[in-house]
Amino acid sequence: MAFAPDFFAQALNGLAYGVLLFLLSVGLTLIFGMLDVVNLAHGSFYMLGAYAGLTLIGATGSFWIALLLAPLLVGGIGALLERVCLRPLYGRPPLDQVLLTFGFIYLFEDLVKWIWGGRIRSIPPPDLFKGSVTLFGATIPSYRLFVIAFGLAVAVLLWLLIERTRLGAIIRAGVFDAEMTAGLGINIHRVFTAVFAFGAALGGLSGVIAGPIQSAYPAMGAGILIPALIVVVVGGLGSLKGSLAGSLIIGQAETFGKAWLPDSAMLIIYVVMALVVLLRPQGLFGRPLK
Amino acid sequence: MAMHRMSRRRLLGAATAAAAGAAVGPWVRKAQAQSGPIKIGLVLPYTGVYAVLGESITQAMELVFARENWTVAGRKIEMVKEDDEMKPPVGVRKTEKLIDSDKVDILTGPVHSGILMGMRDKVHDSKTILIVSNAGADAISRERCSKWIFRTSFSNWQPCQPMGGWVAKNVAKDVFQIAPNYQAGKDMMAAFRETFLPAGGKVVAEDYPKLGETDYAPYLTKIRQSGAKAVFAFFSGSDAVNFVKQYDQFGLKQSTRLTGAGFLVEPDVLPAQGASALGVLSGHFYTPLLDNTVNQRFVKDFREKFGGKMPDGFACQGYDTAEVIVRALKAVNGNTRDKAKLVEVIEKLEFDSPRGRFRFDGKTHNVIQPYIYVREVKEVPGGLNNVVIDRVANVTDPGTGCTLPA
Repeated sequence: MAFAPDFFAQALNGLAYGVLLFLLSVGLTLIFGMLDVVNLAHGSFYMLGAYAGLTLIGATGSFWIALLLAPLLVGGIGALLERVCLRPLYGRPPLDQVLLTFGFIYLFEDLVKWIWGGRIRSIPPPDLFKGSVTLFGATIPSYRLFVIAFGLAVAVLLWLLIERTRLGAIIRAGVFDAEMTAGLGINIHRVFTAVFAFGAALGGLSGVIAGPIQSAYPAMGAGILIPALIVVVVGGLGSLKGSLAGSLIIGQAETFGKAWLPDSAMLIIYVVMALVVLLRPQGLFGRPLK
Repeated sequence: MAMHRMSRRRLLGAATAAAAGAAVGPWVRKAQAQSGPIKIGLVLPYTGVYAVLGESITQAMELVFARENWTVAGRKIEMVKEDDEMKPPVGVRKTEKLIDSDKVDILTGPVHSGILMGMRDKVHDSKTILIVSNAGADAISRERCSKWIFRTSFSNWQPCQPMGGWVAKNVAKDVFQIAPNYQAGKDMMAAFRETFLPAGGKVVAEDYPKLGETDYAPYLTKIRQSGAKAVFAFFSGSDAVNFVKQYDQFGLKQSTRLTGAGFLVEPDVLPAQGASALGVLSGHFYTPLLDNTVNQRFVKDFREKFGGKMPDGFACQGYDTAEVIVRALKAVNGNTRDKAKLVEVIEKLEFDSPRGRFRFDGKTHNVIQPYIYVREVKEVPGGLNNVVIDRVANVTDPGTGCTLPA
């Protein structure tokens, strides 16, 4: 019976990968939901997070301090980007914003090369999670178990923030109708900047978390954009629940695809996306299209 | 009347001058070209995942040309660099630009086998001399070989074929094969089996993840469940970093020996892999630790010029590419017009390279590897490096299907 532990091991792999996808895509979906901006430079925040993490670990010797500070730094860059470059474009056609954020991919890639060089770098896992553990016959690196726990905790905290706090209520209102929210006397511009910065910080956070599993190199941001967009489309644009569900589904589909149908593994996630778009064009948890 | 005669004489004079100019012109232009700079074209990736490879190759070429004061036989050497972005359509377009509008005298590159296959006909039909400085597509030494194409790097077959028998004899007989899903990956896995199967080896299973994969977990779980005693892998760049690191994180190093093509643990990826790479066995024609004098000087000069950077196999390829160019141009006294003569000269070149005695196989124009070294990643003074533990001499691509001049 090699099948059962094999199945369990791959399901764990899929869960770890899915949670990573969630951390990666949740900032993207949040920004889209609130600002109606498809931020193609989201991968750059992921990359900046990884590189900032690298430098902070080098300076402080602690993965945990880097995990705390790198997202703040990236969030600050996000706030600046929104305030200076994006805000003047809000009245303009969406294509202008897409072009702007697309341009920033190259700008940030060159910036990273300029500061850190083109060499491939890597972030060591924290000492606490260096080895691997065997659970019911399935061996998995302990760091991946940490990623699963951490990612799910982030999901719960985000849910509490958005569903249970005043700020969350403002964000939900803004997602539903930004103009009406502004009409209620809320400084919507400040909320926009805050949400964009928060989304950027989440992108940065995913970069630090992914660091010990993947490596850091200047083209890394462009590579994760497609999987993140697929997750957002499957889950529903702007939906937190959708982002989590989409990530977990795509994580499992891709992992089992690679394990059982290696020649068509990539095809499978596109098939999943196509099916969702056909049956529910707004995504699993998206608002119905007008 | 006078006016008319004048203008007729003028007209005649002008016509004569024009005719003379037309007859002499091309000759004058050519003579000028021969005293002008020698243009060396480079089609390499300067952006993206493989930018570091393009950088290593270019740096080593610059090192050799700088040693010659950027002059050979009285003519200046000029490098024209084009970024192929690792995309075949871009690489082919840049090749056309270098040949048709820059009119380079010698072309070098690329890194990507797909680009090499795409540019092959343009190079062959325009009779441009191409010195391949990386791409290992076996076909270019076989059915798609060309009189005008030389290769200083390797064919994909070369570093892998000797490893098959070696692994079967010294490591394990049950092996799991894994490589990225493109031509080079498939070429290398097939070359390994050529000597592995006859030596009693058994391929337990094989997998081909996509190029640029970031999560190898599903494959690593399969390797563990397969019961293989060793893995033979080929990955390069960030793929090599992610695979080797995740292999270690999954605790596979204790149960299953990791072996592979040398690119898996080259100096461009070793620092990022760190201790995860310790003990990896790989086949390659070069390691910066080789103790011949040419290599020792190369390592010293390279590290001095490029901020302590350790030269890798890619740098060795760049060095040999530039060395071939310099030696050939000296032999023809800077005359780049007679391409057939230049080909003849290059065919016969022989010199001491950092990798050992360098020469081309006259049958295929591919380099004969003086040795394929079996190397183990160990901690040595200066950090992790590939230490030679065994070697196989004179590894020559079989060149099946190649008949030169073609």
